[in-house]
Amino acid sequence: MKRIESVNDFVIKFANVNGTGSASANSLFAKALFRMGLPVCPKNIFPSNIQGLPTWYEVRVSEKGYLGRRGGVDIALSVNPQSMAQDIQDVEPGGYFIFDNTKPLDLRLLRDDVNIIGLPLTRICNEQYQDPRQRQLFKNVIYVGALAALLDMDFKVLTGLVADQFKGKEKLVLPNIHALEIGHQYAKENFDCPLGIRVQASNKVGDKILLDGNTALGLGAIYGGATVVAWYPITPSTSVVDAFEKYAKRVRIDPGTGRRNYAIVQAEDELSAVGMVIGASWNGARSFTATSGPGLSLMSEFLGLAYFAEIPTVLFDVQRAGPSTGMPTRTQQSDVLSAAYASHGDTKHVLLFPSTPKECFDFGALAFDLAERLQTPIILMTDLDLGMNDNMSDPLVWDDEREYDRGKVLTAEDLDNMERFGRYQDVDGDAIPYRTYPGTHPHKGAFFTRGSSRDVFATYTEKGEEYEDNMLRLMAKWETIKEHVPGPEIIACGVDTDDAVLYFGTSEESSREAVDYLAEDGIHFDAMRVKAFPFNKEVEDFIGRHQRVFVIEQNRDAQLRTLLMAEFELGPDKLKSVLCFDGTPISARNIRKQILQVVSGGNVMPLHREHSASGAGE
Amino acid sequence: MSYQIPKFRHPDLPVNELGYTKADYEGAISTLCAGCGHDSISGAIVKACHELSLEPHKIAKLSGIGCSSKSPAYFLRNSHGFNSVHGRMPSVVTGAAMANRDLLYLGISGDGDTASIGMGQFAHVVRRALNMVYIVMNNGCYGLTKGQDSATSDRGSASKKGDPNLFNSIDLCSMALQLGATFVARSFSGDKEQLVPLIKAAMTHRGFALIDVVSPCVTFNNNPGSTKSYKYVREHAEASGTIDFVPIMQEITTSYHAGTTQEVTMHDGSVIHLHKVSESPDPFDRRSAMVALEDHRADGSILTGLIYMDKNSRDLHDMLETSQRPLNELEEVDLCPGNRMLENINASLR
Repeated sequence: MKRIESVNDFVIKFANVNGTGSASANSLFAKALFRMGLPVCPKNIFPSNIQGLPTWYEVRVSEKGYLGRRGGVDIALSVNPQSMAQDIQDVEPGGYFIFDNTKPLDLRLLRDDVNIIGLPLTRICNEQYQDPRQRQLFKNVIYVGALAALLDMDFKVLTGLVADQFKGKEKLVLPNIHALEIGHQYAKENFDCPLGIRVQASNKVGDKILLDGNTALGLGAIYGGATVVAWYPITPSTSVVDAFEKYAKRVRIDPGTGRRNYAIVQAEDELSAVGMVIGASWNGARSFTATSGPGLSLMSEFLGLAYFAEIPTVLFDVQRAGPSTGMPTRTQQSDVLSAAYASHGDTKHVLLFPSTPKECFDFGALAFDLAERLQTPIILMTDLDLGMNDNMSDPLVWDDEREYDRGKVLTAEDLDNMERFGRYQDVDGDAIPYRTYPGTHPHKGAFFTRGSSRDVFATYTEKGEEYEDNMLRLMAKWETIKEHVPGPEIIACGVDTDDAVLYFGTSEESSREAVDYLAEDGIHFDAMRVKAFPFNKEVEDFIGRHQRVFVIEQNRDAQLRTLLMAEFELGPDKLKSVLCFDGTPISARNIRKQILQVVSGGNVMPLHREHSASGAGE
Repeated sequence: MSYQIPKFRHPDLPVNELGYTKADYEGAISTLCAGCGHDSISGAIVKACHELSLEPHKIAKLSGIGCSSKSPAYFLRNSHGFNSVHGRMPSVVTGAAMANRDLLYLGISGDGDTASIGMGQFAHVVRRALNMVYIVMNNGCYGLTKGQDSATSDRGSASKKGDPNLFNSIDLCSMALQLGATFVARSFSGDKEQLVPLIKAAMTHRGFALIDVVSPCVTFNNNPGSTKSYKYVREHAEASGTIDFVPIMQEITTSYHAGTTQEVTMHDGSVIHLHKVSESPDPFDRRSAMVALEDHRADGSILTGLIYMDKNSRDLHDMLETSQRPLNELEEVDLCPGNRMLENINASLR
């Protein structure tokens, strides 16, 4: 039988039952490979449930450094009978199916083009452990030990990781190492190790770190100076506030008094959460909320008020598949339009699109500067894939010389030195007015905040021309905003081409990998990653330089494409859609396949390649 | 209804400790209907703030949507105001109060704004014990949309449109008590003698203070058959007692009959004198206050005055142990841990 043979380049998928402690064992496996100097990309594909449903954990290893989803599974490790039939089907021909053979495999599931490896995990655990919980937990650790033998992993790295992981709980170290050894020994004694697929230590990781985007965002908010956090629990955003709180407890306790230099309020719903952020920001504190799509919908009314009343508002949207009773634990980039135009009346909002944990940190901190400088909501659009998975990332860096940009805020002295304060007056020609915090001056600078129905001095009026003037100023401010938001990243392919790909956020890695595949096919694409909305001039110019632009995104309705068409008044022919909306991260093979469906009719003949056999949706 | 505020002020208007006259606490001319109860409440707020010698700019006034919520424009012109979203004033105040604990937060709402669309936010701001004064201008109807019944309208009460209300009313004072409010009072816009000291006491209270003020809507709900009309309220209001507020450091000059007066020292050192009428409920006992509210409801009368006060109240900042320095005054040095810590974090992620 054919065996897939590769070194440092494969996809392994673990199939577990959720609530059995598998995620920590699986991440132990991923992190061990990372410590061996191998680029890894772990993705947890989990149900909205606490215990009992199928859950998967996919780890991609790529010496070349491809960090997106490739598509396809080379090794499936299945300890969940519920999903076994599908799990064995998913294995590439020549791949490996490792399973708990305490009970024999249903013969109907057998495939003759897959290498079957049985580990009697349940039997070993029943022999070794008395306590049912231990039997369950160590089963996971034992298969990691077996994998170490089967893939030729450095066993010392694993034991070192266990020691690190249980620092402070030393009595857990030895039992875990023992479990690893049991698995390791069983595999050594019973199989011809290593398999065709194996790893060897490398040096492709450099100074990179392995971190989830939500933790990076929470840290970004700490470094960005957020003090008031208001939120309502919602998957997949909850861990943003968890991370903020974890680090705030470390670094935001006043050493003299022991009191907290932050306040976290768990609101009764998302409406209230964003209301608190608006109240705190109006009052001069840096404040944020974190939510996901359903929360964003609930916040819409308030976002409109913040837009019109020009109140800095920072919102982190960790996107997931919709709707409220949707697939909360599956990823998508499907809130783009509802965020960009959230609320009633004429509103447009600034969006930031990070694509790595480092960018979550950087943009997270930047969001507060932008919100206060531009006096408008800033919605940072991440997603479950980036937020909840450990992603390989450049290390986090903070410039200790950096000062916060608190925007145009008048002091009592400023107010004394000016003729008349006009809250909504464009004094500097950039359409950004000055604001005052409550309590600044005994008799100057106070105003009554409301959405509209007021003139530039914030005095009540329902005059149409005042309303119109204000709306035009807000449009002028929109132009100013384009100069402040991060510009795109452009990667020219070095060949003269009319074709380009455009992507944002977590579609980056798979898109770049697909561009490499397509170049091998003889089709060349320039590439641009958009980092913010409104789109800057560079985005417009890039699209203008190409005849055909493939917009790659993870939603059904091509939302970013719609936004590009609306903002640049482009016709529908120029922008082509490459979409994935099954709730799993878009894969490189999928992108390549969808682009080839459009391009193959043209003047380029795609070369036949092994991996073109795989289908879309992987 | 007038169109201009007269500029003329009597030269001998009394000034308070800060040298301000009452006019310094006023706002823009009201655009509410002539005779609206809300304007009387605005007047009482002006009087209370003047008498307490509060710095107007150290007060933030926030509201939701409705006739009530327009009112903050008509008092305290030197205070920042925020006309927010319907039923969502509590969340905006919560954020504002977290940002700066040193200001006095005055929330103005109506019965529609609080008891219907804002019920959820009202309930939660009470249980969070936010340090604020929450005044409901309660007229039992939606004035700005022309007189629909609100959720505080009594069952059987008929507004100008005619049909008696079919549904049970929500008693905001009972609710607030149940949710743990530490200061609960009810008053009547037509009784400034009672309302002003209640506002002063509420402003001095630490924690959440509710004053539910029955405030007749002269245009849509002041007809015979309404239980929120001037006439009905005057005939059915029964005071729990009277209170007199003595601000901090001020000498007590009024004397009362022994045995009927109770002295209560507030958090800032100022004193409340509570004059109990015979057999009035004990306002320091939550159960007794709840029973009193139910008893009055049963016999169709309206219990007014201070209904409940917890002398040992705490507020949200106490519970969250936030810094005594307002959070909005903190700077980079207080907030940003610097790159060295990031290097340690990076190292732990390899």
